[in-house]
Amino acid sequence: MSMEFLPDKPIYQQLVDHIVGDIIRGTIKVGEKLPSVRDYAVSVGVNANTMQRVYKELEQMEITETRRGQGSFVTDNTERIQELREEMKEQLVQSFIQNVEALGFTTNEMVSYLQKRGGHDD
Amino acid sequence: MIKLQAVSKRYGFKQALDGVTLSLPAGKIIGLVGENGSGKTTLLKLMAGLLSPNSGVAALDGQVITRRVAATVAYMPDTDIFYPYFTVRQLFEFYDSQFEDFQMKKAEQILEFLNLSLDTKISTLSKGNRGRVKIAVTLGREADYFLLDEPFSGLDPMVREDIAKGLIRFTDTERQTIVMSTHELKEVEPLLDELIVLKGGQVLAHKAIDEIRSSCGMDATSWLVSLFRS
Repeated sequence: MSMEFLPDKPIYQQLVDHIVGDIIRGTIKVGEKLPSVRDYAVSVGVNANTMQRVYKELEQMEITETRRGQGSFVTDNTERIQELREEMKEQLVQSFIQNVEALGFTTNEMVSYLQKRGGHDD
Repeated sequence: MIKLQAVSKRYGFKQALDGVTLSLPAGKIIGLVGENGSGKTTLLKLMAGLLSPNSGVAALDGQVITRRVAATVAYMPDTDIFYPYFTVRQLFEFYDSQFEDFQMKKAEQILEFLNLSLDTKISTLSKGNRGRVKIAVTLGREADYFLLDEPFSGLDPMVREDIAKGLIRFTDTERQTIVMSTHELKEVEPLLDELIVLKGGQVLAHKAIDEIRSSCGMDATSWLVSLFRS
């Protein structure tokens, strides 16, 4: 099925985030080969130019590498993946803090609530 | 690249296009939107060499557009074009006899991708399957430009998705350019690089989709609505 996209962000960026998410989650493994640009574009229902840009961005972020004549592979540099996890964590926390402050909560209040709440997944 | 310089077109007293200046870069997928009667079909037909302007110049890769561009431009009208007594195979053979760039192998692959068979008679096909055959026979050409008039209109969501996927699978933006008119902007947006908005025969806007999203912070549909309201 084609993917749904948010309105306020370029589609290529949403696809980069989606693939990075899959790598962090482990749905796409370290060193794994990504589908060809065309195949990926068909499966999510976007223009091949957009997908080309996604692959270029991923390569510039050193998340993937292109091997001549073989296609794109997720980096096997686990340090880079670890770094990516940290970057993602930082992004999440930043947007969390923004939301929290917008509603007038203090960070301390939220931290103690999170600790009290514990590891509930619901 | 297709370039239009101050192109106007009248039908009798009706001004269909009024001083349109546009340049459509090669290798992009470009959407053409606007109300009914805003000039979308006229613009496509002018680029396909099926109409000539009353004033102004329309050129393709530096050459003034005439009927001859049909050799490198594949135009898909929004009407049913087929002889109903043809089978799909006969239709493909007819196209093969008319267009040097028609690739029987490719057309058959597209047909298979869309789960249709060569030996079906066109008169027995549903409207959706006629839509599929139409895109198959159009994309079966190795044209430099594909000009598609309303490829999605009046078709159910499954057919629309098939046509969208067929377009991505069987065109190559490294050497091919697609211009398509549509009213289904929400669905079509992920397929597009650029958007041209027509109103009353004039170009209201021409923008890259990424730019609409990043600088205006909204998708193309909301942007279009805000453009028409202002």
